[in-house]
Amino acid sequence: MAMSQTNPVIVDDVPESAVSTRNISKNYGDVEALRDLSLEFPRGQLTSLLGPSGCGKTTLLKIIAGLLEPTSGEVEVNGKKVTGPGPDRAFVFQDFALLPWASVIRNVAFGLEMRGVGKSEREDIAAKYIKEVGLAGFEQSYPHELSGGMRQRVGLARALSVDAEVLLMDEPFSAVDEQTRRKFQEDLLALVQNENKTFIFVTHSIEEAVYVSDQIAILLPRPSRVHEIIRPSNFRAKGVDNIRRDPEYLDIVDEIWASLRTYVE
Amino acid sequence: MTLFGYRLPGMSSLILWGLLWEIVGQSGLTFFVPPLSEVVATLFEVVQTTAFQKALYETAYAFFAGVFFAIAIGIPVGILMGKNRLLDELLLPWVNVFLSAPLTALVPVLMVLFGFGMKAIVITTTLFGIWIIILNARAGVKQINRSLVEMAKSFGASPTDAFFKIYFWAALPEILGGVRIGIIRAVKGVIIGQLLISIVGFGALFELYSANFLMAHFWAVLIVLFALAFTISEFLAYLERRVSYYAAKR
Repeated sequence: MAMSQTNPVIVDDVPESAVSTRNISKNYGDVEALRDLSLEFPRGQLTSLLGPSGCGKTTLLKIIAGLLEPTSGEVEVNGKKVTGPGPDRAFVFQDFALLPWASVIRNVAFGLEMRGVGKSEREDIAAKYIKEVGLAGFEQSYPHELSGGMRQRVGLARALSVDAEVLLMDEPFSAVDEQTRRKFQEDLLALVQNENKTFIFVTHSIEEAVYVSDQIAILLPRPSRVHEIIRPSNFRAKGVDNIRRDPEYLDIVDEIWASLRTYVE
Repeated sequence: MTLFGYRLPGMSSLILWGLLWEIVGQSGLTFFVPPLSEVVATLFEVVQTTAFQKALYETAYAFFAGVFFAIAIGIPVGILMGKNRLLDELLLPWVNVFLSAPLTALVPVLMVLFGFGMKAIVITTTLFGIWIIILNARAGVKQINRSLVEMAKSFGASPTDAFFKIYFWAALPEILGGVRIGIIRAVKGVIIGQLLISIVGFGALFELYSANFLMAHFWAVLIVLFALAFTISEFLAYLERRVSYYAAKR
């Protein structure tokens, strides 16, 4: 298999990197999950990691989060080497990872609680983000009383409330229904616009990746590597209602499918 | 359950068994079973005696001390076993051995080690209760959702934070189940300790009444003991139900 790792075309308007991964390899025993993977994540933008299942996209995200250690290579966040989880990154989990015994406000404040922020201060901050994700009034509810979409909003509010510069999202919308997912995607675009944060977004949905991303890194499996980096031009500036029928959007979706097709069993 | 269209309250079947007891007692089949009415009358007499109150105090003291140690040691050990592979490999065989071992046979050894006093009785009580508490706390931690652990880690939780704010709560439904069964076993432990080690407390009363064929007294004390154990167990079952709402959703 030819190493078809194409370097990203450096365009003038690409901001400097908030996160860089350099020559990351990860082995589980004899199994190579990632091989020599280097990627740049521009500041203030959303980068998707897209690929067929088993391509190591979640592994890469967890290495950036500091939850997994790479076998070799390193991750830098703002020029500093990552040695473990840190306050500069916050994680949004695929299965929400909410504390089922805690109310919404305690769940949202959990990250701040771990950082030693006092109770009244952290609950003020949590309440603000609960409102921001549209869950005002549900502060005292428990996760089992909420729908899947609302639970992920709690997970998102928790990640936002610690005010990390980098938001790591592991297939955050895959466990919610289609309509909720569309709403989430629109909200995510607004979030990227309004919050000056760097988003790293793992997904297996081609449409979703093209819809929300400033930059799409396509990973291919066995061994995992970056196949291609796509930076859509400005079709998202034309408004959320027009994205899905923009010719460029459709072309990119088709193009990605053409390159992934052979890897899908 | 409903009978002829009427909803029967819980444990109505006890009325039937109580009637049967009364009939067998009245028929005078055996001195061993006096009528229930006589037992109940004796019960009210017995609970007022100083001998009973002293026995209750001694038994309660040994019981609560024993249960306290079983819980205070059992829960952390169980959680740590669930978290730490090495500790688990080291301790699990012993926990399983002691869980199924006939602990009564160990009591004489405890007497040699710890003397004939309250200490040995408390340790016996602890030994009866602790193993199931450890195993259940361990099981509770073993089934914890991995992403909760990762979540805590990603937000910078220290090991102490993770222990008290994630593992303990995640395992709480199982822990309470273990404590409930452990307490029922500890009741056994405290009575066996009081019968075998030194004849004090309820053990002494059982010994006294059965040796003198005071069967009504014997049954009265036994009923009190059952009632106490049942009340504690039901209270814990209630606590268990309080947390069961998230047991299925961790």
